[in-house]
Amino acid sequence: MSSTSNTTTIGTIGAPSRRNTELALLVFAVIIPVFAYINVGLAKEDTVPAGVLGYALGLGLLAGVAHLVVRKWAPYADPLMLPVSTLLNGLGLVFIWRLDQEPQITTPQLGGAMAPGQLMWSTLGVALFLGVLIFLKDHRVLQRYTYISMVAALVLLILPVFFPARFGARIWITIPGVGSLQPGEFAKIIIAIFFAGYLMVKRDALALASRRFMGLYLPRGRDLGPILVIWALSLMILVFETDLGTSLLFFGLFVIMLYVATERTSWIVFGLLLSGAGAVAVATFESHVQTRVHNWLNPLELLNGGVTETAQAMYSFGSGGILGSGLGQGYSRLIGGIAPKSDYILATVGEELGLAGVMAILLLYGLLIERGIRTALAARDPFGKLLAVGLSGAFALQVFVVAGGVTGLIPLTGMTMPFLAQGGSSVIANWALVAILLRISDTARRPAPAPAPSTDAEMTQVVRP
Amino acid sequence: MNKPLRRVAIFCGLLVLALLIRVNWVQFVQADELKNDSHNRRVAIERYSIPRGNIIVGDKPVTGSTTTDSGDFKYKRTYKDGPMWAPVTGYASQAFDANQLEKLYDPVLTGTDDKLFFSRTVDMFTGEKQQGGDVVTTLDPKAQKAAYDGLKGKKGAVAAINPETGAILALSSAPSYDPSSFAGMSDDDAKAYNGLLKKSDPDEPMLNRALRQTYPPGSTFKVVTAAAALENGLYTDIDAKTNSPLPYYLPDTAHQPLNNEGNLPCENATLREALRVSCNSVFGKISADLGNKKMIEEADQFGFNKEHFTPVRADASVYPKDNRPQNAMAGIGQASNRATPLQMAMVASAVANGGTLMKPYMVDKLVAPNLNVIQQTQPEKLSEPLKPENAQKLQDMMETVVKSGTGTTAQIPGVTVGGKTGTAQHGEDNKDNPYAWFISYAKTDKGTPVAVAVVIEGSDTLRGDIAGGKLAAPVAKAVMEAVIDGNK
Repeated sequence: MSSTSNTTTIGTIGAPSRRNTELALLVFAVIIPVFAYINVGLAKEDTVPAGVLGYALGLGLLAGVAHLVVRKWAPYADPLMLPVSTLLNGLGLVFIWRLDQEPQITTPQLGGAMAPGQLMWSTLGVALFLGVLIFLKDHRVLQRYTYISMVAALVLLILPVFFPARFGARIWITIPGVGSLQPGEFAKIIIAIFFAGYLMVKRDALALASRRFMGLYLPRGRDLGPILVIWALSLMILVFETDLGTSLLFFGLFVIMLYVATERTSWIVFGLLLSGAGAVAVATFESHVQTRVHNWLNPLELLNGGVTETAQAMYSFGSGGILGSGLGQGYSRLIGGIAPKSDYILATVGEELGLAGVMAILLLYGLLIERGIRTALAARDPFGKLLAVGLSGAFALQVFVVAGGVTGLIPLTGMTMPFLAQGGSSVIANWALVAILLRISDTARRPAPAPAPSTDAEMTQVVRP
Repeated sequence: MNKPLRRVAIFCGLLVLALLIRVNWVQFVQADELKNDSHNRRVAIERYSIPRGNIIVGDKPVTGSTTTDSGDFKYKRTYKDGPMWAPVTGYASQAFDANQLEKLYDPVLTGTDDKLFFSRTVDMFTGEKQQGGDVVTTLDPKAQKAAYDGLKGKKGAVAAINPETGAILALSSAPSYDPSSFAGMSDDDAKAYNGLLKKSDPDEPMLNRALRQTYPPGSTFKVVTAAAALENGLYTDIDAKTNSPLPYYLPDTAHQPLNNEGNLPCENATLREALRVSCNSVFGKISADLGNKKMIEEADQFGFNKEHFTPVRADASVYPKDNRPQNAMAGIGQASNRATPLQMAMVASAVANGGTLMKPYMVDKLVAPNLNVIQQTQPEKLSEPLKPENAQKLQDMMETVVKSGTGTTAQIPGVTVGGKTGTAQHGEDNKDNPYAWFISYAKTDKGTPVAVAVVIEGSDTLRGDIAGGKLAAPVAKAVMEAVIDGNK
């Protein structure tokens, strides 16, 4: 590991591992949610909540163990991703716990209190994070599973069709006795692995074998095949699972990775044309999608004399204003049901922490995405580059689609805010995603192993006169 | 691969930027609009999170607050003599929003108004709960009670004004409703509220007839027509004969007469006499002689054709733009001529106040929780429909009506009363019951404390014999007496 004696690489003293920076940031990432937790308790009950010690120790322990594992198994990994993920996850737990304090939306029919469950899922997520870091020594191993990944992703995506729809979308599989799972969250990672592996092999064929037409490089028909398959698949998800978000995510992910792999702008044009055509086609006969678009265009419209969820979310944001009402003092529960804890969690942030809070959260996401793409830039192998940009891109699209939907920038789709929102599948999958990114960045930033001071070298010296 | 990677990075940055711009738009630009949207339940939650400030009449609040345990709301509005004061206060309901003063002064009553900023800041530092301010009205409790009692069992409205200031003294509408009955959000409240809506009660108890219902003013409008004649110099001497043939045929018609109510001495009658016995022929001809434009001008001077904000909005009364025969009919308060009771009270008050019309208002001042006055209404001149000498002449005429004309039932011993009766026909071929009107003012040696307008929608029992003097004048008299007694 010692690189100080190595004079052949550029950095003579070696790249700093930045592990201490990470530790310092992690301290804040734990302290901020703990203060937020206390803040909620003071606002709601005028006392420091009884669970604060347990919460602080739990979050601190998770962060501490994660840090130690990173220090040992991925010492050169990016120092920002773990603290940002921890902070978002910790704040998410606080918001869910805060909403658990509202009796109207914490009835047994609605699943009761959700913070304990979410803490358990977060623990599992961190466990998976540690597992990935410990057992995945090199991300290039994943390249071997390109086609297995494809099959797995297809199975995961198609599976929910056989399960009943919940909340208007068919994105869940229900395992009796265990609970329900959102396989789309895992499929996101697996499909990025498949794309990275597939495109790494095919990129030259896709990029070079093309004709120039009106300034665009038109791909050959047989190279167009895979993009059409993915397009058809994402449309099928949309039609059969009525899941606008996931189909958008997969299609966007594929276009981004294709573009990076081939460096051909024409793929983006094709992507946009195809997704536009698909969206219009589906929107013309899918009432579910039409409803979403209608709600988006008329956010404050009354439905049968009642205020819609969309309108309630807008009222939440508007009532928060610039600085917010303060934690525990908003009325985002008016959105009703479990939605404020899951899809609409950002509305609670908006109302209680205000514009300032939402901007801070969005910037945290932006930071995480930026570190992911930076990892892609730093990666030395094409597979690592593609995988890192795929995972970061998927993350960025998801954040955009969810936050944009909730704030009324685009039509609402049923997806969860990574780390923040209630949902086991989401939090586990996102911890795994961050772990893979950390692994790639560790490989990328790790100094090249110093050529061992071998006996051969010494012999050369001996030969010299 | 790094060039496209950088572009992807920029693209992702743009996505985040778009989100940032959007939340700024929603939480900064649109924030106030969304925050105060009437469907935003937070508005009601805030409204009832503290005991609301009160609406005060004559030093005593007519509203109150009581604690409830109905879900989101801590407090509930209560009303003292709800039906009597409903046309003034309006209602504030947990489930059905609020209206009139309760709605207009909601920020003051809930303590969120900018004018209460100082008091709120002090509360914040002393750790006290936010408190609501009070709205002090100009109403006279005795006059209001007289009006309310006078309308009991009838359909109609009363509006009384202090002619010298424009302060509204009484504002009554019958049938009325009790705003307490649906102040909460229970099923009973919903039932009470739905029972008051037009679809379940055709009498529309929640309609504020004094401000929001326009009626044909009938003969009471002849006061305006007489004012127009004097102001335009058509006639100057109220005791000189007018050029008034009998029968009088409407202009541009094939001998369609404008009949009088019975066999009245209206041929070439003097203005005084014409008003005393209420000659349709004389005033119809005056309106025709002056023409539509001049009549509209004079009516506008009295406040017609525009909404008035007291600050509760009063509907615009209408003197119509019309052809000659219709204009002649409008001159005696028929055809498309429509007026609110408040408007007719303004007519009487302008005459009584020497020709100057004061802006009607019902809120005297707003008081902060610490009893500081945060806003005081100053009387304001609205217009001058009559020159003082013409006002004097018109007063003379109206006083004759009460002394020896159709309005004798409004006489008050020791007080000079001027008035005008009206019986407005309405419905197709006049088959609906007519409206009984009376407008009047009272003068004492201390000034002119009150002008009043009363309208009573006719009932079957009195059909055919319904005259403003019989039904409406006694109510007006009671209101004027109540005001004068209170001033003694």
